[in-house]
Amino acid sequence: MSTDTPDSSADELPSRAELAARVEELEQSLAEVSPDDDTKKMSIIATKGTLDMAYPPLILASTAAAFGYEVTVFHTFWGLEILHEEHSKNLKLSSVGNPNMPVPNVVGALPGMDRVTTKMMERRIDDNDTATIEELVETSLEMGVEFQACQMTIDLLEYDEDEFYDGVTTGVGAATALQDMADADIQLLV
Amino acid sequence: MTSEFNTAETLDVKGASCPMPVVKTKSAIDDLDAGEILEVLATDPGSMSDIDGWAAGTEGVELLGQKEGDDVYRHYVRRTE
Repeated sequence: MSTDTPDSSADELPSRAELAARVEELEQSLAEVSPDDDTKKMSIIATKGTLDMAYPPLILASTAAAFGYEVTVFHTFWGLEILHEEHSKNLKLSSVGNPNMPVPNVVGALPGMDRVTTKMMERRIDDNDTATIEELVETSLEMGVEFQACQMTIDLLEYDEDEFYDGVTTGVGAATALQDMADADIQLLV
Repeated sequence: MTSEFNTAETLDVKGASCPMPVVKTKSAIDDLDAGEILEVLATDPGSMSDIDGWAAGTEGVELLGQKEGDDVYRHYVRRTE
């Protein structure tokens, strides 16, 4: 009896063995699409190292961690300053290039003006009990955020790994960041 | 001010601003057992929306209520699992 006889109703039904094989196949593809767990992930690329631009990635990273996200922040170029323990405590605010600053660009370009605007912002941060960059880095690390320091930038800026906060991941590059972005539910470039 | 909730712990984040009220609430709730209730005292007006949004988007926690009064915002969060 041929199995491809179209008018045989019994032959149209798949056999138990076929069904079992199909179930196994589907279970396999399900296992491939479902990650080990359903933890949400966020991947941030931090590229800026001025005082104002250091806040957004840290605030979003720590908040996402509070939501239960698995968070990685890949720090490259000036974003590396945020992870540099000493530099992160002395990030500067530029007095030029931002029309919202209370001083015109020609005044802002005078020597020492960056220090003035930075001091002004630091005072406001203090007055408002806004968390400092150091506090946000430490808190994020405690909450399990993975901070990655771009190896190429470490070499370029001639930093030593010991200069970063304890817990910072070094020895990673763009491929690592890309992998994290591909796996993430949220990807941000700051 | 007495609470209508039987709170296990109180977290005081008065003075702290975004993102600390949410971040510290998360840490404090992790220290509780399932079923226990955390009271959060904050002065950040943004905490009303932020803790509401955090509780709605986070597994294992439930926002029981929020109260505004005498310059302090009170939040009651239960750990559910």
